[in-house]
Amino acid sequence: MPLLALSGVTKTFGGLTAVKALSFAVEEGEIVGLIGPNGSGKTTVFNLITGFLAPDGGDLTFAGRRLVGLKPHQICRLGVGRTFQLVQPFHRLSVLDNVRVGAFRGTADPRQATAVAEAILEEVGLAAKKAFLPPSLTLAERKRLELARALATGPRLLLLDEVMAGLTPTETAEMIAFIRRLHRRGLTLLIIEHVMQAVMALSQRLVVLHHGEKICEGPPQEVARDPQVIRAYLGEEAASA
Amino acid sequence: MGTLLLQAILSGLLNGGVYALVSVGLTLIFGVLGIINFAHGALMMLGMYVSYWLFVLYGVDPYVSLIASALGLFGLGVLLERLLITPVLEAPEHNQLLLTLGVALVLENLALFLWSPDPRTLTVSYLDFAPMVGGVMLSPPRLIAFGVSVALTVLLYAFLHRTDVGKAIRAVSQEREGALAVGINIQRIYALAFGIGCACVGAAGTLVAPFYTIDPYVGGIFVITAFVVVVLGGMGSYFGALLAALLVGLAESVAAVFIPAAMKQIVIYVIFVLVLLLRPQGLFGPGRG
Amino acid sequence: MRRWLSRLAWLLVLVPCLTLPLYVGQYLAHLAVMVLFFAYLGVAWNILGGYAGQFSFGHAAFFGLGAFTSTLLHLHWGLSPWLGMLLAGVVGVLVGLFCGFLSFRYGLRGPYFALVMLAFAEMLRLLFETWMAYRYPLGLPIPLQGTSLAAFQFRDKRVYYYVVLLMLAGATALCAWLARSKTGTYWQAIRDNEEAAEALGVNAFAYKLLAMAISGGLTAMGGTFYAQYFLTLEANEVFGVQISVEILLSAIIGGAGTVLGPLVGALALQLLAEATRVYVRAFSGFDLMVYGAILIVVILFLPQGLLEGLRRAGLALRRAAGAA
Ligand SMILES: Nc1ncnc2c1ncn2[C@@H]1O[C@H](COP(=O)(O)OP(=O)(O)OP(=O)(O)O)[C@@H](O)[C@H]1O
Ligand SMILES: [Mg+2]
Repeated sequence: MPLLALSGVTKTFGGLTAVKALSFAVEEGEIVGLIGPNGSGKTTVFNLITGFLAPDGGDLTFAGRRLVGLKPHQICRLGVGRTFQLVQPFHRLSVLDNVRVGAFRGTADPRQATAVAEAILEEVGLAAKKAFLPPSLTLAERKRLELARALATGPRLLLLDEVMAGLTPTETAEMIAFIRRLHRRGLTLLIIEHVMQAVMALSQRLVVLHHGEKICEGPPQEVARDPQVIRAYLGEEAASA
Repeated sequence: MGTLLLQAILSGLLNGGVYALVSVGLTLIFGVLGIINFAHGALMMLGMYVSYWLFVLYGVDPYVSLIASALGLFGLGVLLERLLITPVLEAPEHNQLLLTLGVALVLENLALFLWSPDPRTLTVSYLDFAPMVGGVMLSPPRLIAFGVSVALTVLLYAFLHRTDVGKAIRAVSQEREGALAVGINIQRIYALAFGIGCACVGAAGTLVAPFYTIDPYVGGIFVITAFVVVVLGGMGSYFGALLAALLVGLAESVAAVFIPAAMKQIVIYVIFVLVLLLRPQGLFGPGRG
Repeated sequence: MRRWLSRLAWLLVLVPCLTLPLYVGQYLAHLAVMVLFFAYLGVAWNILGGYAGQFSFGHAAFFGLGAFTSTLLHLHWGLSPWLGMLLAGVVGVLVGLFCGFLSFRYGLRGPYFALVMLAFAEMLRLLFETWMAYRYPLGLPIPLQGTSLAAFQFRDKRVYYYVVLLMLAGATALCAWLARSKTGTYWQAIRDNEEAAEALGVNAFAYKLLAMAISGGLTAMGGTFYAQYFLTLEANEVFGVQISVEILLSAIIGGAGTVLGPLVGALALQLLAEATRVYVRAFSGFDLMVYGAILIVVILFLPQGLLEGLRRAGLALRRAAGAA
C-alpha cells in the first residue's frame, strides 16, 4: 500500500480546471518530485492533499485513510507536514515559538515542546536566531524556519513547496544536503521545485504536471528525455532562458 | 391597521432614502480604503449642527446650508484622511477601527463640550404643515430628505461611472496595484474618496436636521444602521447599498407596527447578524467563492 | 543575584498592593478599585482579542449578562451573589461558546467578527431594556444590606479592593500560565496566521471557541462584581457600547497580547479619566474627548501599546547610558 495515493483528483476554480483527473502515488521512504511550468497546478495539489481545498472529484488516501473531508489540522495529525510556497511565519512569535507551535503536535508539555523546537532549530542552523522575530530573518532563513516548523510536527510525509526558490547556490546545496539527511532518517518527501538540478538530484521519481494534467511520470533521466515534457516544460524554460 | 401599515411603509421608505445617502458614503470609504469608518455617525452629527447653527445664527435656510455642510465635511474628511487615516492604512484592521472610534469619541464629545447635551430642533417654518393623503400623513421635510438623498446617491453613482476621476476611484477600489501601474495618484484618490464619503454623510445630516432632534450622540443610531445597510448591500457596492437601505428602512418601520417601539432597532440587528453569518458577501453582492 | 533582584522587584510591587487600603481613604480606594477592575476586564478581553486575535467589539454582552445573572438570582431566589458570580461565569462561558460557534463556523474574521459581537451586545441591550421597562419600571429593587459578607455588599470600598485584587491576580496568573502553554501558543499562532497554524495541526475553530469561553466567562464574572459594587443595574449601561469600548481599551492601550498590558493600560486610563474629571469637571464631555485623543495618539505612535513603548524607552535609556 502506498503512503500517499491520489486517484482521479480534479479541482476547478470557476471555469479553470487547475487539476484534472490526477493520479499518482508516493511509496513510504521515497522522494518524489512534482514539477511543471508556472500555474500548472502543483501548489493546488498540495492544498488538496492537506485539506485546504476540497477536490471536486476523485479520491486521496494517506496510509490507507481517506483524506477527503478532513480538515487541515486533522491531516497534519495523521502525519502530513507541509511548507508554504510563500512563507507564512507567525510574525509576532519568536523563531523558537514558531517552531514550538509545530512541536506542540506531539506534546502538551511546554518544556518538552521547547526542547524539541530547540533541537530542530539546531539542525536547520537557526539556533542562533531563536529569539529573533521572523521579519528580521533573511529569505533563506525564513524558508528554513518554514521547514523547521513542519518538521516539528513529526510528519511521516513532508510536502515541500519550492523551498529552494530564491536561494543562493551555496544555500541550495545546503538545503539539498539537509533534505537528503531527512530522507535517510526515514522521512518520505514530495517536493515541488523549479530548480531543476536540485529536483533531479534529489528525486527518485518525478511527476510532471501541465495545465493540471499529468503528462509524464518516471525516473528523472527518463522524464528529462520525454519529448512531451521537453515541449511543455523544459522547452519553455529553454526558450525563456 | 391598513392605514397604519401604509404609513409605516411610507415612512420606512422615506427613512431608507436617507440611510442610502449615509451608507453610500460608508461603502465608498470601505470600497476604496478598506476601512470601516466608525466616525461616520459623528460626522453626520456635525452636518446637522452646521445647518442648525447657520440657521440659528444667520437664518440660513437648511436647504441652502446643505452646500456648506457637504463642503465643510468634505474638507474635514480630506484632512482626517491625510492626517490620521493614511498612517494606519497598512496597520491591522482593528487598529484602523479603533482609530476611527477615537475620532468619533473626540468629535462627539467636542460637540458635547461646545454645544452642551441639550437636544435641539430646527424647524423650517414654510414646511411646517402635514398634508394627509388617503389617510397617510406626508411630512414635507421627510419627502425632501428622501428626494434629495436618492438624487445625490444617483449623482454619486453617475460620478463614479461617468467621470475620469470617478473611474479612477473605482479603479483603485477594484485593483490597487493595477491602478498604481497606470499612474493613478493613489494618495489623492484616498483623500478624495474619504472626503466624498464625509460630504455624503454631512449632506444627510443637514437633510434630516429639520425633523430630527439634534444632540451630540445622534449619529450613533445612524452609524449602526449604515453598517447593516453596507453589509446587506455587499460591502463596497453602491447600488446594493441603495436597495439595502430602502429594505432596512422598510423592515424597521414595519416591524415597529407589530413590536414595542423600543424594540424596533432589534430588527436591524437580527437582519445584520443573519446576513453576516449566512451571506457575508451581502444580499446583492456576488455569489460565494 | 538576578533572581534575588527579581524577588525584590516583586516585593516592591506586592507589598504596596496588599497594604494599600491601610493608608488610603474611600476616595483613593475607589480609584484603586476602578483601576484593578478595568485591568481585570482588560485581561479577560485580552485572552480573546490580544492572544487569540479575535477582536471583540461587544464584550458588554458577557458583562451585562453576568451582572444580571447574579443580581436576578439573588433577587428571586436569594442566592448569594458569590455563588451568582460562579453561575455568571458559567453563563458567560455558554454564551461565549454560542456566539463563537455561530461566528467562527461561518468563518467571520476581523472587522466582521467585531461588528457581529457589537450586534449581539446591542440586541441584548434592547431585549433587557424592554424587559426591564415592562417588569421593573422603577428599576431593580436590589435590597441594600449595608455590610454583609453573604450578600457580597460592603460599605467599605477597601473590602471591594481586596476582592477585585484577588480576581485580577487570578485572571492574570491564568493568562500568564496559558500564554506559555500549548493553548496560548496555539492562540497566538492563530492570531498571526490561521492557515499556517492549521497546517501545523492546530484546530483553529476549537481553540477560538476555547478563547471565547474563557474570555466570556471571566468578563461575566466581572459583571457580577460591578453589580455588587455599584448596587444598581441599568440595562443600557451594562450592555452599552461604552462598556465594550472601555473593556478593550485598557488592553489595547496597555498592550494587546501581553500579560501586564491591561494593568498598565487600566492604570493609565483610569488615572487620566480621574484627572480630567477632577480638573475639568465643569466641561462635560472633556474626559471622553481626551480618551479619544489618547486612543488616536496611541494607535498612531505606539500601535503595540504603552508597555512596548516603555520597553523601548528603557532600551534606549540603557543604550544611551552605555554610550555615555
Ligand atoms: N484559490 C484559487 N482560486 C482561483 N484560482 C486559483 C486558486 N489557486 C490557484 N488558482 C489557479 O490555479 C492554477 C494553478 O495554480 P497553482 O498555484 O496550483 O500553480 P503552481 O503550479 O503552483 O504554479 P507556480 O509554479 O507558479 O507556483 C493557476 O492558474 C492559478 O491561478
Ligand atoms: Mg505553486
